[in-house]
Amino acid sequence: MIGLEHYLTVAAALFVIGIFGLFLNRKNVIILLMSIELMLLAVNINLVAFSSFLGDLVGQVFTLFVLTVAAAEAAIGLAILVCFFRNRGTIAVEDVNVMKG
Amino acid sequence: METMILFAPLLGALIAGFGWRLIGDRGAMWVSTGLLFLSCIFSWIVFLTFDGTTETISILRWIESGSLSTDWAIRLDRLTAIMLIVITTVSALVHLYSFGYMAHDENFRENESYRPRFFAYLSFFTFAMLMLVTADNLVQMFFGWEGVGLASYLLIGFYYRKPSANAAAIKAFVVNRVGDFGFALGIFAIFFLTDSINFDDIFAAAPELAETQLTFLWTSWNAAELVAFLLFIGAMGKSAQLFLHTWLPDAMEGPTPVSALIHAATMVTAGVFLVCRMSPIMEFAPNAMTFVTFLGAATAFFAATVGLVQNDIKRVIAYSTCSQLGYMFVAAGVGVYSVAMFHLFTHAFFKAMLFLGAGSVIHGMHHEQDMRNYGGLRKKLPYTFYAMLIGTLAITGVGIPLTGWIGFAGFASKDAVIESAYAGTAGGFAFWSLVIAALFTSFYSWRLMFLTFWGSPRGDKHTHDHAHESPMTMLVPLGVLALGAVFAGAIWYSSFFGKTNEVVKFFGGTYGEPTQELVEQVAERSPKASELHYVMESAPGEAAIYIRPENTILHEAHYVPTWVKLSPFVAMVIGFVVAVWFYILNPAMPGRLAENQRPLYLFLLNKWYFDEIYDAIFVQPAKALGRLLWRRGDGDVIDGSINGVAMGIIPFFTRLAGRAQSGYIFTYAFTMVIGIVVLITWMTLAGGAN
Repeated sequence: MIGLEHYLTVAAALFVIGIFGLFLNRKNVIILLMSIELMLLAVNINLVAFSSFLGDLVGQVFTLFVLTVAAAEAAIGLAILVCFFRNRGTIAVEDVNVMKG
Repeated sequence: METMILFAPLLGALIAGFGWRLIGDRGAMWVSTGLLFLSCIFSWIVFLTFDGTTETISILRWIESGSLSTDWAIRLDRLTAIMLIVITTVSALVHLYSFGYMAHDENFRENESYRPRFFAYLSFFTFAMLMLVTADNLVQMFFGWEGVGLASYLLIGFYYRKPSANAAAIKAFVVNRVGDFGFALGIFAIFFLTDSINFDDIFAAAPELAETQLTFLWTSWNAAELVAFLLFIGAMGKSAQLFLHTWLPDAMEGPTPVSALIHAATMVTAGVFLVCRMSPIMEFAPNAMTFVTFLGAATAFFAATVGLVQNDIKRVIAYSTCSQLGYMFVAAGVGVYSVAMFHLFTHAFFKAMLFLGAGSVIHGMHHEQDMRNYGGLRKKLPYTFYAMLIGTLAITGVGIPLTGWIGFAGFASKDAVIESAYAGTAGGFAFWSLVIAALFTSFYSWRLMFLTFWGSPRGDKHTHDHAHESPMTMLVPLGVLALGAVFAGAIWYSSFFGKTNEVVKFFGGTYGEPTQELVEQVAERSPKASELHYVMESAPGEAAIYIRPENTILHEAHYVPTWVKLSPFVAMVIGFVVAVWFYILNPAMPGRLAENQRPLYLFLLNKWYFDEIYDAIFVQPAKALGRLLWRRGDGDVIDGSINGVAMGIIPFFTRLAGRAQSGYIFTYAFTMVIGIVVLITWMTLAGGAN
């Protein structure tokens, strides 16, 4: 029987993979975006799992919202990337350090 | 009407001070002067129609705090009425006089507007002084006391481009603070003892204070003595008594009308007024009163000796003022407050006139103040000469001896003071120093006259050729004050220094029969004064002044030996003769005497080296301490620590913090995640959600 814990475990695993993808990745900014996407999906799994478990549809409605926002965010992120590439000629993570103190 | 007297000058000051751009220079001058004349006329009406009973006119509720409850009120009694006419008359005349005196002033640039400011300050001073004398309680009085101090500061430093004027203003302010500290302590002590600052309550509690002991500075004191002494410290500062007198001669840096108004007629007499006002307490403090007498006599003598050799015309008169204030304090100190007020009253007229006359001379001589450069001005400045002559006759006390009152104003009041001093101290130190001071007074006053108006012109020939009589605006005040200087003594002689019953009645008290015991005591002390008919019967605070039944000096002063009554007259004649000999008959004499007695001459010329001593004892150590705190304390400690923090420690930490900013997103993300993990762990362990 697949219980709530399983869903939560999968979600947690996905979330941690997303996080590690964020800060272990030193190569490509697109992978950063994908990692963020992964984390959002992990959250979505959590929401759906709880929604189903508690018999409350609000969680699933919220998931749809999150998906929408995630799509928008991905679009904006890619747009920023394009701009960034135009300006700097690279999207390597090592070169994105304008904020260095 | 009383409220009008009080607030007309304030209104004048506000209009002249803030509104002169709208109404112009002349408008401001006319408004403030007009309002003061209004105030003056009302004051005379109040004085002449006043019946002696104390009235309280409440203006507003002022302080309500704990047990302290105080009205802003006018206490109208005889003392207040006298001070009202003195202040408003002199002030109104000085306002008028300033039209001429301040017309042109080389201390200010062309087209620079300084006159409205001057008139505003004068009017403000008048308001503060009226506030002081009409006060119903000590804090209101203190307000006026500080107000006149401020006005004095502003007016001494009126020529703000002159460094010496600024220094004199600061000196006056600082020296006065010393006295004010004593005054403030006195007010605190009174509030501590009687739980009130209203005069009525304080005076009612006065007999009780005499029985109370108070610990102050680790010593047990009689409460009345301590309070009287502390209040007198305040009076010493304001009235320039010995040890706190140094500011008064320097205050002559201000324009001459200011010297006449503030530093001769009104503000400096505030101390005498305070002692008379607090007479119910003073009467129960015999030791403090002995101190007042002693210090007054010492001041009268000291200032007169210094006045002998000064060359600046205004400084001579300033020392003369200081000396005359000493007379007033002697009279108050021996317990004859009415005579102190009498001398205050007459002195205001003739001293204001002397100052205004000196101002007229200075004005006519193009701001030359050194008497050595005068001479022979009798023809050039005839009206000024006659005014100054009347003033000199009044201050030296010319009159018909033994009549008591037939003479110039100063004759009546000064003789009254000297006779009281003899009766009060049994012919002691105070009496003799006053008589010697009277001799000196006569000498230096005539010296001033002879050097200025007699002889041949000395100094710059051009200045003498262009010496001119002052305009009418300056001569009219001189004339009016001359009337006062001639008649004020004779007219009010019996009110201030008549029989005990007359004086008590004038000051609004009730008199009664003395006890048999007291009559015998007086008869034993001075047999001539055995006919004691009346003593004051009012309780403390009922009348304007309070004289204990046992205090019969006022009575005894009338029965002093004949040689005592003649002594001030003889002293005056000797002083006059010596002055004639020195400055008319044998003008080389003073120079030779100064040469022979050089140390003494220098001692007097340098004012007993008071300034030098104070400089060494107080000013230099204060400066050294200031320098220490400035360089070491402020420079090294405060600036050093702030600079150290700003330039050493903070950059160190910013460098550390800067190094943590790698600029890589993933580093920040990592830090955030670690932070969240730590937070959640902590919350979980601490049971946060519960």
